[in-house]
Amino acid sequence: MDSTPFNRAARPWEAVLSLLVFCLIAGFLLFVTIPVASLFLRITPEAFFWSLQQPVVLDALRLSLLTASASTAIVVLLGTPLSYVNARVRYRGRAIVDTLTDLPIVLPPAVAGIALLMAFGRRGVVGEFLDGFGITVAFTTVAVILAQVFVASPFYIRQARASFEAVDPLYEDAARTLGASRLAVLLRVSIPLARSGLVSGAILSFARALGEFGATIMFAGNLQGRTQTMPLAIYTTMQGNLDEAISIAIVLVVISFAVILTVKHTTRRSA
Amino acid sequence: MRDFELDVSLSVGPGETLVLIGENGAGKSTVLNLASGLLVPDHGEIALAGRVLYSDRLRLDVPVEDRNIGHLFQSYALFPHLSVFENVAFGLRCRKVPAGEIAARVAGELERMHLSDLAGVNVGRLSGGQRQRVALARALAVKPGLLLLDEPLAAVDVRAQGEMRRELRETIRAADIPCILVTHALRDALELGDRTCVMEEGRVVLEGTPEEVLASGENEFIAEFSCGCRRYRE
Repeated sequence: MDSTPFNRAARPWEAVLSLLVFCLIAGFLLFVTIPVASLFLRITPEAFFWSLQQPVVLDALRLSLLTASASTAIVVLLGTPLSYVNARVRYRGRAIVDTLTDLPIVLPPAVAGIALLMAFGRRGVVGEFLDGFGITVAFTTVAVILAQVFVASPFYIRQARASFEAVDPLYEDAARTLGASRLAVLLRVSIPLARSGLVSGAILSFARALGEFGATIMFAGNLQGRTQTMPLAIYTTMQGNLDEAISIAIVLVVISFAVILTVKHTTRRSA
Repeated sequence: MRDFELDVSLSVGPGETLVLIGENGAGKSTVLNLASGLLVPDHGEIALAGRVLYSDRLRLDVPVEDRNIGHLFQSYALFPHLSVFENVAFGLRCRKVPAGEIAARVAGELERMHLSDLAGVNVGRLSGGQRQRVALARALAVKPGLLLLDEPLAAVDVRAQGEMRRELRETIRAADIPCILVTHALRDALELGDRTCVMEEGRVVLEGTPEEVLASGENEFIAEFSCGCRRYRE
């Protein structure tokens, strides 16, 4: 047999492969970090803090945090029982419900925007009916919340469903034999055991709501103080005052980092 | 999926322990799940102390949470997010028992089971024997009308089983409620049971006191067990 000792130099293409993989990884990391870093490099700290005090930036910040919090609260309140039922109960049409709740994830935001307009706009399917009572939805802050709920809900519902499915049904059975009603089982056993997944799902949903652009601008419009969220404000101010746009973007980057770290921390604790 | 029908008729009196014994897959655990309501029979009747819990004739099916039947699972199913105290207190909290009373009753149960030192400990840190005691305390804290035990010693270290069997016997006697215990170990039947039913493919094939059942040569499962016993002794 071959008696030469194993020698790395005798396999040059392994070295080439390693180098190639390294270049790919480095290239991709640079591609992701350079744009983000550029935001910080293209503004001075003075300009940043000055911009943060401008009404257009403050309005956008306040509106974004308010609407994203409201949307997340709605998604969690409505999504938790829905995802629990879909995780535990086998009913006819469950697969269809699962597909429908997942739909907004793949639906282009612009499509979501125009669809919401066709449903809730003044001449919309539901909007026409509401208009009769003097209720307008489109181009109001409520529309911002609706758009955010629409696009962000699957992020929570999918995670919540997976988390509930991961809870051993035996714990729920044990709870029932001890006298817990189905609601008590959900509140005292299922939710606590699924907690870290539910929290990370809610955080992701919040982040998605915060970043929503397409559906918001089409369904809610772009009115400062009323519907101009941070992403919309970036788009608007970019054409006039670049510093303001960059400042808002930096705030969103910081929030995004906080989101990632919190999600990692929460999911790691459950492992 | 079972490939045979479950066709069983059982009764157990107050303060009596009925042991269901048989091979794995004979349907023993299913009987327990039917009794506690976790499974619904196709037809039949289940009653406890004169109260009908299930009857297909009367179209009655009392939900699990209202049957007041203690059910100890093979893996114990202790709530991993709760301490020993909170596990034992769980059923009482669900029944909206006042906090002071809960504290007293749980303390009593823990003391009976020699668990007082472990009250604040998270159940993930307990040994097999300790978990079994917590599970028992949890089931008995709500004073059930019937106690169901599914292979209670399966998760206990072999060396500790003898001691646990004695403790279990004393606890059940002290609780003075009817008890149905499922096991595949004849030793459990001999030490814990007042009556024994041997199950095979969904049916009760032999019934009597543990000694009667062991002595009878009719059943292959029993015979195999006895033979195994003798071989071991030799």
